[in-house]
Amino acid sequence: MAEWIRACGVDDIDTEDVVRFDHGGRTFAIYRSPDDKFYATDGHCTHEQAHLADGFVMDSIIECPKHNGRFDYRTGAAKGAPVCVNLATYPVRVDGDHVLIELTV
Amino acid sequence: MKMSSLLRFATNRDYSLVGPEAARAIEKGLANGEWYKSPIPRKRLKELMARSDGPALRDTAIWLGLILVFGGLGIWLWGTWWAVPVFAVYGVLYASAADSRWHECGHRTAFRTVWINDVVYALASFLMLRSPTAWRWSHTRHHTDTIIVGRDPEIAGMRPPQLIIMVLNIVGLVNVPQSLATLARYSLGRLNAEELDYIPEMERWRVQVEGIVILGIHVAAIVVAIGTWSLLPVVLIGGPNIYGIWLLWWIGNTQHLGLAEDVLDHRLDARTVYMNPVFRFIYWNMNYHVEHHMYPMVPYHALKALHEEVKADCPPASPSVMAAWREILPTILRQLGDPSYFIKKQLPPGAGQLPERVEATHG
Repeated sequence: MAEWIRACGVDDIDTEDVVRFDHGGRTFAIYRSPDDKFYATDGHCTHEQAHLADGFVMDSIIECPKHNGRFDYRTGAAKGAPVCVNLATYPVRVDGDHVLIELTV
Repeated sequence: MKMSSLLRFATNRDYSLVGPEAARAIEKGLANGEWYKSPIPRKRLKELMARSDGPALRDTAIWLGLILVFGGLGIWLWGTWWAVPVFAVYGVLYASAADSRWHECGHRTAFRTVWINDVVYALASFLMLRSPTAWRWSHTRHHTDTIIVGRDPEIAGMRPPQLIIMVLNIVGLVNVPQSLATLARYSLGRLNAEELDYIPEMERWRVQVEGIVILGIHVAAIVVAIGTWSLLPVVLIGGPNIYGIWLLWWIGNTQHLGLAEDVLDHRLDARTVYMNPVFRFIYWNMNYHVEHHMYPMVPYHALKALHEEVKADCPPASPSVMAAWREILPTILRQLGDPSYFIKKQLPPGAGQLPERVEATHG
């Protein structure tokens, strides 16, 4: 069953940045894009499991802190070696000051 | 028993990626481990990680411009003694400087624009006789498992040191034949067991294509040299890996040589060395090597600033390349008889530690 979970406050993420969100034994990365939209993906890079919240957000790209692997965080698409497997993404909406992520629980 | 006593009885190790040390590294939690990072406020780190095309476009224009100028001058002066100093500069720009361009663009941090990174990466790989794909994956593993025996394919300073090979490589006499043989093998579509360990299946076809192209161009240069009975084609193409690699050997070997193996702390297995501006241009600031390994997302032009942020948490940097070699040389000479010996870098008082630091059981 899908459920909207509060991931963080709107002001917890700077524009063009990422924060970590842990829930139910899983970990996620929540992004705020340069045009002020919010996105969510799995927290770990699909290559070697580094946490993307330690990475670098540039435009619509999240760069993994370990090997500079890149994903489009809006779609989860892997953008070339050394990442070859796409990231899972999750629906996100803003409710007042809160960023909510839709998870199957 | 004290660690130092254990170290005295350590034996030679198997550096292959498919031997018993590989299994041991996984068993001990050294493979794909959690590395120590000196703390930096997120806001400051974001500033340091910021990308731009400007510095690398400027530096690449100067680099390629100088290669063209000195190459052209060398062709013009060919047959005179004036060609010798001209090609000495050309060779260093071609071979020694290409390594750092290969490295930075491989990380895709030099330029903000991805395709420019990829073009310069391909060019620099060609200059260095490297398959871009095979070396991208090799270097990826080097960052995952830096100087972890049985995991890192880029350990330059194995123990005991292969001193003759090291010396011969001042003029590429082992590296160049090895690189050409490797490219020939790639062009036949053959990867060895170690390469199969770190190059994913979906990328392997690229390695073969790159092997054919890179080797083909170098063979063509040799054929033209024989056909024209002139060394000029190979002095221009490929040859710099013989006569122009010495500077990379001199500055690049300071990265990890003589330091600890099997630790999850780059402050102990990498070395930061202060260098003059010319060397730093040639080397694209890779002398800040501890910093690069800690934060590979920081582009080369911000590494000096990163160094200022973390230096209080790191062992003191070597004050010069010569100073680095003053600690490396006695160490590798001693390792000839005692392969367990290594330089144990001292962290400054109050420096951060890994939550559960993995000690250097083999140094």
